[in-house]
Amino acid sequence: MSTANHTGGFHHAHHFDSAEHQYESSKQGIWLFLVTEILMFGGLFVGYSIYHSLYPQVFHAGSKQLSVVLGAVNTVVLLFSSFTMALGINYVQRGLKNKAIIALAVTIACAAIFMVVKFFEYTHKFHVGTVPGKYAYTEELNASGEKVTKVGALLAEANKLSVAEREHKLHLDETEYEHLTLLERTKNWPLFFGFYFVMSGIHGLHVLAGAFLIFWVLLKVIKNQVGPEYYTPVEGVGLFWHVVDLIWIYLFPLLYLVG
Amino acid sequence: MAHEQHNYLNHQKGIWSWLTTLDHKRIGIMYFIAIMSFFFLGGVFALLVRAELFTPGKTLFSADVYNRMMTYHGAIMVFMVIVPGIPAIFGNFVLPIMIGAKDVAFPRLNLMSWYMLMIGAAITGSTLFLENVDTGWTFYTPYSSIKTGMGVIPMVLGVFIIGFSSILTGLNFIVTTHKLRAPGMTMNRIPLMVWALYSTAILQVLATPVLAITLLLLIAEKTLGVGIFDPQLGGDPVLFQHFFWFYSHPAVYIMILPAMGVISELVATYSRKIIFGYTAIAYSSLAIAGVSFLVWGHHMFVSGQSEFAGVLFSFITMLVGVPTAIKLFNWIATMYKGSIRLDAPMLFAIGFMFLFTIGGLTGVYLASTGMDVHFHDTYFVVAHFHYVMVGGTLMALMGALIYWFPKVTGKIYSDLLGRISWVFIFSGFNVTFFPQFILGNMGMPRRYYDYLPTFTELNQMSTFGSWLIGTGFLVGLFGVFHALMKGKEAGNNPFGGKTLEWTIPSPPPHENFDKTPVLTGGPYEYR
Repeated sequence: MSTANHTGGFHHAHHFDSAEHQYESSKQGIWLFLVTEILMFGGLFVGYSIYHSLYPQVFHAGSKQLSVVLGAVNTVVLLFSSFTMALGINYVQRGLKNKAIIALAVTIACAAIFMVVKFFEYTHKFHVGTVPGKYAYTEELNASGEKVTKVGALLAEANKLSVAEREHKLHLDETEYEHLTLLERTKNWPLFFGFYFVMSGIHGLHVLAGAFLIFWVLLKVIKNQVGPEYYTPVEGVGLFWHVVDLIWIYLFPLLYLVG
Repeated sequence: MAHEQHNYLNHQKGIWSWLTTLDHKRIGIMYFIAIMSFFFLGGVFALLVRAELFTPGKTLFSADVYNRMMTYHGAIMVFMVIVPGIPAIFGNFVLPIMIGAKDVAFPRLNLMSWYMLMIGAAITGSTLFLENVDTGWTFYTPYSSIKTGMGVIPMVLGVFIIGFSSILTGLNFIVTTHKLRAPGMTMNRIPLMVWALYSTAILQVLATPVLAITLLLLIAEKTLGVGIFDPQLGGDPVLFQHFFWFYSHPAVYIMILPAMGVISELVATYSRKIIFGYTAIAYSSLAIAGVSFLVWGHHMFVSGQSEFAGVLFSFITMLVGVPTAIKLFNWIATMYKGSIRLDAPMLFAIGFMFLFTIGGLTGVYLASTGMDVHFHDTYFVVAHFHYVMVGGTLMALMGALIYWFPKVTGKIYSDLLGRISWVFIFSGFNVTFFPQFILGNMGMPRRYYDYLPTFTELNQMSTFGSWLIGTGFLVGLFGVFHALMKGKEAGNNPFGGKTLEWTIPSPPPHENFDKTPVLTGGPYEYR
């Protein structure tokens, strides 16, 4: 493996018969790793479907809180990034170094856009109090002695204000106000946000990991360590990136649309 | 002679060359040292747990300390000793040689797996000095998620990282077996040890990710309170058990399949006979791996799952007995009319068959829903899984150690010390765990700190047995040092083995084979 670093005179590792043999083996290893990724997310999907069937109203009310527009933007961004990643691999294979650099850089930029959008989504969720599990509740108790949710506290405040003041002071528009009221009437709604934050959070970590890996192969392209004769790392990272996209393509409808 | 040869041990020198080595043989030895240290620690905890149970009530420690010792005994033995044990140590050493390869497919990944085991073990071990970790190795919710301290988080995180190590080792072995076999080494000519490791690797790759997500969810539950396992927030604590056993039941076969591979090698070599039913043994490994995914529900017969689920899981669980029995009968058929030599490794192999059979048959009791209601969470279960896991895996581990010791070091392990070790371990094992079947039937619950005075004699017998086992393993360890200091030169093939590793010098050269072997026949062509 230590000698596998020069495009011009690429040497395969000593325990392989040929470069082709090494390439085939590496590719099989990457595919197996991707299987484990899918299985890991599989656990989350199973949990999601169980609770969705138990509490359809919780998931309906919860998904109403998510911004379909932002989710859709992120879906398009990721799909586009898959395309640029594929282009990048193709350019590396054909030895078009500059084009490959551009394609990979655009892919990283897409990952960054995705994370920035996620950041705005998350901070807004924190702002309105739609947070997972126990953090959704405040220390105060209501008249019947139950813990009040943060959404409940926010709505209590909003009810004292006029519509215009809500927009201005609490950054709540009228549709969102209605959604939150609907949500507050649904028992156990924080469970949905438990799934939302865990699923999108672990996916987000994979986006970050993917971006770092793409940056790593981008450096390899710049340093001429990969090219038409040896492009295993680029292709492997590309496959990982496609799987990260693929998982989002399942997460988007499950969390934002199905509800 | 051997000591003047150029081999993998003197290929490079210094501790740094070991810590950065990419040689699968050296990594195997590093695993051996690490895992045996964990084994020692887990064994000390076991002895302490048994010592505490010598009398009812308080014998040595408080209940809190007892709960922690029991947790560490279980977690260390399962996640750091028995699961990685045979595949990581002996799999790493012999798998590439057995298929005629120069190394595993991904040597750097192999080294990384070792480091991940070390990092995971360090994080898990650090909780010894942190908050109470007293959940037992299964980390059952809601106790782990709501009741007990935050020490569970580093504990579980360490296990998560160890799981990664397991996945990467499995992945490496699968690709190695697919891609690096020597010319003529078809899948139907690979040694049965390789078949066993290959089936294990499939389980490692397919089951461990589910454990990973389960542990991540537990961490999320403790830090964010996501509510997936918390009934107060709408979740269900039993879901944790479904997820956990979806990994951990296949994990039982991750523990036992490599042991079965070892036994196939030992039985063939020490019976001097072609293995009976090669294909049946090979494919029964895959069958066990396949069925193992469908049986997790038998851990939850009394959890309130539907009766239909109970019946179904009961039936499928009993089905695992079929491929297991196929293996056992084939080993016995191999021994029939063989020239059996009762050297120490063969004694361990026979010990394996004896203990594993008792473990397997009592498993049928527990697979029957009606019986399980009686035996559930009693010492009967403790005795059952110790017979399977310890009697199975650790017997095979000792057999493998003595069998491959000459190949690894070039020195012969004293057969006498091996036999003494076997006598102590085998007899001690039965003295320890057989009374526990009776205790369980009488109704003594597992995991408990205290017990009724009626159970005292049987518990004392059990504790006495644990000292015998401890002595046996200490003799085994002494045997390692004795062989390293005073062992005879081994030569290439001291036991008359027929698989490829016996065709190369002991210890093997850096690249295993001077020229790639070409296979023309099966692995066990004795007669």
